[in-house]
Amino acid sequence: MSLSPVPHSKRIPGKRVLAIAASAALFALAGCGKQEEAPKPAEAPQAAAPAGVTVKIGHAAPLTGGIAHLGKDNENGVRLAIDEANARGLTIGGAKITFEMLSEDDEGKENKGPIIAQKFVDAKVAGVVGHLNSGVTIPASAVYAQAGIPMISGSATNPKLTEQGFNVTFRTVGRDDQQGPAVASYLVAEFKPKTAAVVDDATSYGEGLANEVEKALKAAGVTVLPREKGKADQNDWKAILTKLRGKKPDAIFYGGMDSSAGPLLKQGRELGIKAVFAFGDGACSEKMQELAGEAAEGLICSQAGIPAMASSKSFLEAHKAKFNVDPIIYAPFTYDATNLLIAAMQKADSVDPAKYLPELAKIQLDGATGKIEFDAKGDRKDAEMTIFTMKTGKIEPLAIIKAGQSIKFEDFVKGAAPAAAEAAPAAAPAAAPAAEAPKAAEGEKK
Amino acid sequence: MMSLFRDGASSKQASRAAIVLIALVLIALPFALAQAGTAWVRITNLAILFALLSLGLNIVVGFAGLLDLGYIAFYGVGAYCYALLASPHFGLHLPFWVILPIGAAVACLFGVLLGAPTLKLRGDYLAIVTLGFGEIIRIFLNNLSQPLNITNGPQGVTLIDPFRVGSFNFSKPEQWFGLAVSGPIKYYYLLLVVLVLVMIVNVRLQDSRIGRAWVAIREDETAAQAMGINTRNVKLLAFAMGASFGGIAGGMFAAMQGFVSPESFVLVESIMVLAMVVLGGMGNIWGVVLGAILLSFVPELLRYTVEPFQKAVFGKTLIEPEVIRMLLFGLALVLMMLYRPAGLWPSRTRRRELARAKRAR
Amino acid sequence: MDIFLQQLINGLTLGSVYAIVALGYTMVYGIIQLINFAHGEVVMVGAMVALTVIGALAKAVPGMPPFLIMGIAVACAVPVCMAVGYGMERIAYRPLRRAPRLAPLITAIGISIILQHLALLIFSRNPLSFPQILGNRMFEVAGAHISAVQIAIILGSVALMTGLTLLVYKTRLGIAMRATSENVQVAGLMGVNINRVISATFVIGAALGAIAGVMVGTYYGIAHYTMGAMLGLKAFSAAVLGGIGNLAGAMLGGILLGIVEALGAGYIGEFTDLCQVSWLAAGPLAERCADGGNFVLFGSNYQDVFAFFVLIIVLIFRPSGLLGERVSDRA
Repeated sequence: MSLSPVPHSKRIPGKRVLAIAASAALFALAGCGKQEEAPKPAEAPQAAAPAGVTVKIGHAAPLTGGIAHLGKDNENGVRLAIDEANARGLTIGGAKITFEMLSEDDEGKENKGPIIAQKFVDAKVAGVVGHLNSGVTIPASAVYAQAGIPMISGSATNPKLTEQGFNVTFRTVGRDDQQGPAVASYLVAEFKPKTAAVVDDATSYGEGLANEVEKALKAAGVTVLPREKGKADQNDWKAILTKLRGKKPDAIFYGGMDSSAGPLLKQGRELGIKAVFAFGDGACSEKMQELAGEAAEGLICSQAGIPAMASSKSFLEAHKAKFNVDPIIYAPFTYDATNLLIAAMQKADSVDPAKYLPELAKIQLDGATGKIEFDAKGDRKDAEMTIFTMKTGKIEPLAIIKAGQSIKFEDFVKGAAPAAAEAAPAAAPAAAPAAEAPKAAEGEKK
Repeated sequence: MMSLFRDGASSKQASRAAIVLIALVLIALPFALAQAGTAWVRITNLAILFALLSLGLNIVVGFAGLLDLGYIAFYGVGAYCYALLASPHFGLHLPFWVILPIGAAVACLFGVLLGAPTLKLRGDYLAIVTLGFGEIIRIFLNNLSQPLNITNGPQGVTLIDPFRVGSFNFSKPEQWFGLAVSGPIKYYYLLLVVLVLVMIVNVRLQDSRIGRAWVAIREDETAAQAMGINTRNVKLLAFAMGASFGGIAGGMFAAMQGFVSPESFVLVESIMVLAMVVLGGMGNIWGVVLGAILLSFVPELLRYTVEPFQKAVFGKTLIEPEVIRMLLFGLALVLMMLYRPAGLWPSRTRRRELARAKRAR
Repeated sequence: MDIFLQQLINGLTLGSVYAIVALGYTMVYGIIQLINFAHGEVVMVGAMVALTVIGALAKAVPGMPPFLIMGIAVACAVPVCMAVGYGMERIAYRPLRRAPRLAPLITAIGISIILQHLALLIFSRNPLSFPQILGNRMFEVAGAHISAVQIAIILGSVALMTGLTLLVYKTRLGIAMRATSENVQVAGLMGVNINRVISATFVIGAALGAIAGVMVGTYYGIAHYTMGAMLGLKAFSAAVLGGIGNLAGAMLGGILLGIVEALGAGYIGEFTDLCQVSWLAAGPLAERCADGGNFVLFGSNYQDVFAFFVLIIVLIFRPSGLLGERVSDRA
């Protein structure tokens, strides 16, 4: 009955079933529809491979609920990478490979994390990109670890994810304790605040980031006011901001997403607070301009990796062309995560997780978010952080922070890649001529 | 056991046969589900957890008629008890048979804490206070990382120990008599045993003096008092009992999940459990379990039917499956209440009341 | 002092919005003793419709005076919400008037889920920015800042509350509503068209909700399809605080709740900093309190706790809310 999609997926385990794969896929896909009368086999998606092996890549994120838009953003990143790979037509282990995305809605609920993970394991996916929330990713990661399936999150920033000792967990996004110090050091260097206030949205992400910023500010000798906290969907920050106004901080850092950061910034300026406002990657989008209006001008924010709009113009254009929207935040990270999985498979010449996992651990890739390499835990090595500001309604990069060093953005561009000068100036940091992920991936193919 | 079937089969033999049959089906079930995918075993486990919660809430709402909108807090308290006493967070690793009773006791204490000040409140006022109470507990769990780190705040507690008896680990897959038994299947049996125990306790409670006192309070509190029932103690007992079942379920959740954070204990979850109780049939133990199982499974089934259906009918996906899933869920709640307001499987008293109401009309 | 005044203004603005939404809850409850849990979604629909209209108008007719745009937006949002309110009552509540008490509660939850996801489909799953066409004139009163929008919200809610009070106490419909709330059967016997009165109550409540939605959208500059849930909950608490079923109670409860939240978030943190207790600061907490450190027990993170705590305390001492009459227990 309605369980038919699962047996369908079981029929296509990696590379074992070479010959029957295509027909099986068609047949089984048609089977999905058989709850209602007899569907014609022709109604299976046209995307089905002409011949070869279908490799499934799982993607999980909340597609319903309060942050469903971010979930869709993540999904778009994966979809784009997979479609590009399919368009290129890859051959792995002697078989023509077609990638297929299995996207599941984890509802952002922690108790759904392991269930979705199990679904992917049952469906024998070759790898997983996700989940979005750290709180969902952590319990899910235990299931992937037991099944030996590599997972790369493009957005879970909680340090604990990779501290659990699993060898299959990776992430393309910087950890809170990498990003926090970066934005704090920039604040200290540029604005020399005596007192600073740290506010967060009492979520795993917001609090985690705010803790790291507070630690770094205190280490730099800045007096940090008692922590103020709101909620993830908080619109009314006036009470907290009024209290802060009385304390006259020179800088205010907020750990949270743009949908709450926008109102915070707007109300802060309305109350006449003159301090500089700084944010993490969750609020480092042009949505801030929409939400806060003029108040957004001059804000400081950080993003893990090289600016999305900078390092890969090609990604941005492809994304825009395909979905007719700009990526919100994490799409480039899930895009890279997917390409990493694919590149590792190519390198190992196998879609078997056990075989390509070691390649994934030592992979190097120039992705949409910069150069990617994993450390022993599965975190991004030496993740660069970029500091942005809002200038006439546009987010513009100010500086790159690498290994505690702040480099002015223009200098970084000049120093890194004179060769790539003909590309948009921002595209330069990727340095190598093979700036985009697809090319890099192909280059590794022997 | 027989009395479990009060509402069902009448003849003794038939009921005995039914019990054997059901038991066999339940024992074989996880292996059948595992054929379709181990994910279905996990979904079943979650459904059983929700059935435990619904049974606990049923004591408060169904038996005693006290509307509780913050019930998930007790689940959270139980889960955090387990998490803090069996994880590297405090470096404690107590065995589960020690923690589960502690969790139940602490949840019970919170039940009394909630019950005591709200004894005088009735109906909707009680609803909003319990709702507030549930939120307060969650906010505390979310914020007790400062100034002293007790719950680790929104980051949650990771690496929680699974259930272990000696060297037998519930989360490790192994082979039994040539059958592959995964972690979820082991937990399934454990949960099933707990569920049966809790159901037996519930049935016995329902037929006891206390159970009848609860029903009396539900029907008319003043009259119950006049009949010599100590309404204060009996109400507190309902809160305490309901809460401790929630605490046990919470402990098991923490062990199965290996990770807890306050996000699992939000208001929506309370409402979900309440919907299970009401949908299944308030006051009827079997109905409540049915409600929990339905509301856990239907959304998952919708995942697999909605998209293929649209593809078959329209040739493309018009509305994303997850949105349809939620729309259908909402619609199901509304339609259910319109056509079967006492739930799918109402208790006998309720059925009588409804019949009377119909005649009166 | 300017800080305190500022917190009062913050609380008053928030409280006015709560009060308007709370009126929707309390009117319905007063008449048929039903908690319309989906009322928060009506507010969301109001905000979404207004946002769409403003966006479209501002683009289609450049140079149109902002106040006219606002007026048209409200004129569009109100009827839409009225229709939603009416439909809700007809479909989900009317057939259930004799059903067990929890049944309408569950349909209300179902309706909320449906409305939210319809809004997701129609509008967007993203948080939408509410066009800021009114500009933001700021006024300074004794060091406290108050924006034109805030003034408009406060004055607007006073006007709405006055209007509603007049409606209930001075018109024929109002008399019928009050009669129905006293006793449905008797009112029916006296020739009141019960169904029409109940529908009217829902529709009026929804209209208020629509205006509240526009207010919230304009004030915070953001709208999202899940925005109604929490707002509804707070407003419902406000209605209970004031004594549910009582109009004046809803207004009082709303404003009180807003002020409690603002003052709570603003001050409790400082009062519970244990570093102010000298023996603690010198003794066990010396390390934490050194160099302007702190040991705050309850900060602004407990904002919602204060609100619920006040609610619980009030209900313990006045089980029917601040202005509520002692209601007899219904079966």
